[in-house]
Amino acid sequence: MTAISDILHLLFTANLWQATLSAAILLLLPALGGVISERSGVVNIAMEGMMLTGAFFGVVAALAWHNPWLATGVAILAGGLMAAVHAVVSIQFRADQIVSGIAINIFAAGLTVFLINRIFGLQDVGHLGPNEGLPYISIGGLDQIPFFGKVLFQQNIVVYVALVLLVLIHVLLFRTRIGLRIRAVGEHPQAADTAGINVFFIRYSAVITSGLLSGLSGAFLAIGVSNTFVPNMTDGRGYIALAAMIFGKWTPFGAFGACLIFGLGEAIYANNSIIHASPYLLSMLPYIITLVVLAGVVGRSSPPAADGIPYVPGSE
Amino acid sequence: MSDERLAVDLRGITKQFPGVLANSNVDFSVRAGEIHALVGENGAGKTTLMNILYGLVHADSGEILVDGKPARISGPRDAIAHGIGMVHQHFMLIPVFTVGENVMLGREPVTGPDFYDHRHARQAIQELTRRYGLALDPDARMGDLPVGLQQRAEIVKVLYRGANILILDEPTGVLTPQESKELFGVLRDLVKAGKTIIFISHKLREVLEISDRITVMRRGKVVGHLTTKETDEESIATLMVGREVLLRVDKKPAQPGAVTFKVENLTANSDRGVPALKGVSFELREGEILGIAGVEGNGQSELTEVLAGSRRVTGGRVLLGDRDVTTFDARTEREAGIAFIPEDRRGAGLVLSYSIAENLILGRQRSHQFAWHEFVLQLNAIWSWARRLVKEFDIRTPSINTAVRNLSGGNQQKVIVAREMGTHPKVLIAAQPTRGVDIGAIEFIHRRLIAERDAGTAILLVSAELDEIRSLSDRIAVMYEGQIVSIEPPDAPEERLGLLMTGGGAPRVGAA
Repeated sequence: MTAISDILHLLFTANLWQATLSAAILLLLPALGGVISERSGVVNIAMEGMMLTGAFFGVVAALAWHNPWLATGVAILAGGLMAAVHAVVSIQFRADQIVSGIAINIFAAGLTVFLINRIFGLQDVGHLGPNEGLPYISIGGLDQIPFFGKVLFQQNIVVYVALVLLVLIHVLLFRTRIGLRIRAVGEHPQAADTAGINVFFIRYSAVITSGLLSGLSGAFLAIGVSNTFVPNMTDGRGYIALAAMIFGKWTPFGAFGACLIFGLGEAIYANNSIIHASPYLLSMLPYIITLVVLAGVVGRSSPPAADGIPYVPGSE
Repeated sequence: MSDERLAVDLRGITKQFPGVLANSNVDFSVRAGEIHALVGENGAGKTTLMNILYGLVHADSGEILVDGKPARISGPRDAIAHGIGMVHQHFMLIPVFTVGENVMLGREPVTGPDFYDHRHARQAIQELTRRYGLALDPDARMGDLPVGLQQRAEIVKVLYRGANILILDEPTGVLTPQESKELFGVLRDLVKAGKTIIFISHKLREVLEISDRITVMRRGKVVGHLTTKETDEESIATLMVGREVLLRVDKKPAQPGAVTFKVENLTANSDRGVPALKGVSFELREGEILGIAGVEGNGQSELTEVLAGSRRVTGGRVLLGDRDVTTFDARTEREAGIAFIPEDRRGAGLVLSYSIAENLILGRQRSHQFAWHEFVLQLNAIWSWARRLVKEFDIRTPSINTAVRNLSGGNQQKVIVAREMGTHPKVLIAAQPTRGVDIGAIEFIHRRLIAERDAGTAILLVSAELDEIRSLSDRIAVMYEGQIVSIEPPDAPEERLGLLMTGGGAPRVGAA
């Protein structure tokens, strides 16, 4: 019982919610990528691998050039490159998109460990120095608001960027011409094709965009939060993002809501030293929430009609 | 209306698909301002030819001329640019989008950086619908509209793209007789407004009613260019099939016996969990065919599935003789003497990768005839059984061990028909027994149904083809929104049946 009162007590601290938002943003970026990719009709479970690849190359670049912005760019590109592989395999060669996604996740895990050994040998990857990571920014004035100031306005720069992207992607998908076309391609590619829309171009762009966003999340994790790279440091976040996307019914804001719930689980675990419960039990929290969500507690939501179905021109 | 100017001129089009020569040196020309019918059986190459004209498929060789000028059409975009629009057999519509979004797709009005402009979209559609007299609500969700209006949206979509040449692929296949009439009115208006129309169909009566000229295809080749006024149904059918065919079903009056099958106040839900059958009752006698007419989606599929034991009822009773078979599953229904030809041939009727012989005993694999103690298959018995049925039902195949996948649609259907009739059931439920099969197979299946009736089987025939219902049935039950609204004699006028099918018309006194 004390564990529960510990957690209740925690819920009233700004620190917890600050950590929740930060953890949620790590999930939100790949989840947004998933939304875009799947809205265009390509199932993407490879966010984990894209994120991990982004994190690794981000750290390598940051250690080499001591510039977090350049390093973030490299991380984003690395994520995009992995996504391009997924795009070629599943759009061009019409391979099973789940299998392709799993392959990319396994490949990314292996590739990063292999490269660590090649580049750093048996040594540690090493930590970034001060001012070599992505900065935390307090927004003057607003950060002094009691409680909310700390939660909302004392965050890493990526958090602000991600919140802007959240709004932009929502508007893009549901208010613009290109969004209409993305959704059309994901619902009924034949209809889109006969209307003169380039199905392949849209799907490629959407999948690669999902990789760019996952790469950014990897950069945030490695050169914003941890300042180093350790093997498999994404720790299933790409999969949790996938669950958040489904939980959020393939919408940006829905996914964000789900990310907050998962982020809260993670933030509670981060405070395990002051909770009277097994830290191992607490560490399971985000994953238990994921399983419960995927098992359908939130009710069945329907994916885009053509999600996961390769498009063959001229077919019906 | 039409003049000698050619709107479309296809010369020497050839297209080879793996294993099939879909189009072989096809010449096809359409005059500006005419309604030109392209007819042929399934697989004759009509749709391939039109997909080539629309840029969805690329010809191996041949020339395309539009309005007298050579045209390179490498995709739908090129076709649209040349003023060609296509209304596909399977609608190219997105159910979760509005009518407006569906029509605009690919040519969306935009404000600001890239915002979709709802106001302009609405205006553009209202203007089009006014000009061509096609009433349509731009803000309705496509999936909520009846099929007739969805098709109208497809036509508006094509017009919005500025099409002067409209290709309609089997446009009446999904329509009620009334909706078809409305469509023909629309097509005539479009021709008056200067459009050219290519009308693909295999329904000859419609072709004769609406077209100016006719091109007939068979097995990838053009076998006839006809002028509608100078031809008739029989000559077109002969060209289509390559031999003389009997369009009318020959049958003696039925000799109905005792009531063997009784359905009382049956209710059941659809896959989505909403009531699909709302109290269906009828009686079926030995030696008669009861036809179920209705627009698809009014509960016919659910009814046949319940009767075949593959869908659970929520209320009511089904009696076979004195036995209550309401809760029987597919296996026990079958053992009780109820045979079932399902509407989904490839999904529910056959295992495509199994051989003909294996498919012919599906559902009876446990019987003493084919298995030793329900356990070891008696291959010799199975093979001789298969050889007998293949012969009796004229299934065209190299061998009884050929995978069913490799047969034509008509021969696949004959495998099902043979299996279901081969056991001489007490009751036969036939759902869409001739859907998508060629005229030769239709002719054959119709004859077998009549023969089975004359042998005393009680047959329930469900079909979306009103002509089929009218020519085979001894009584016609019209289904609408999960109920049988009337039981009509076989000579009931088509207009009356059409009206009943859409919820209009007074039911006959004494209807079940």
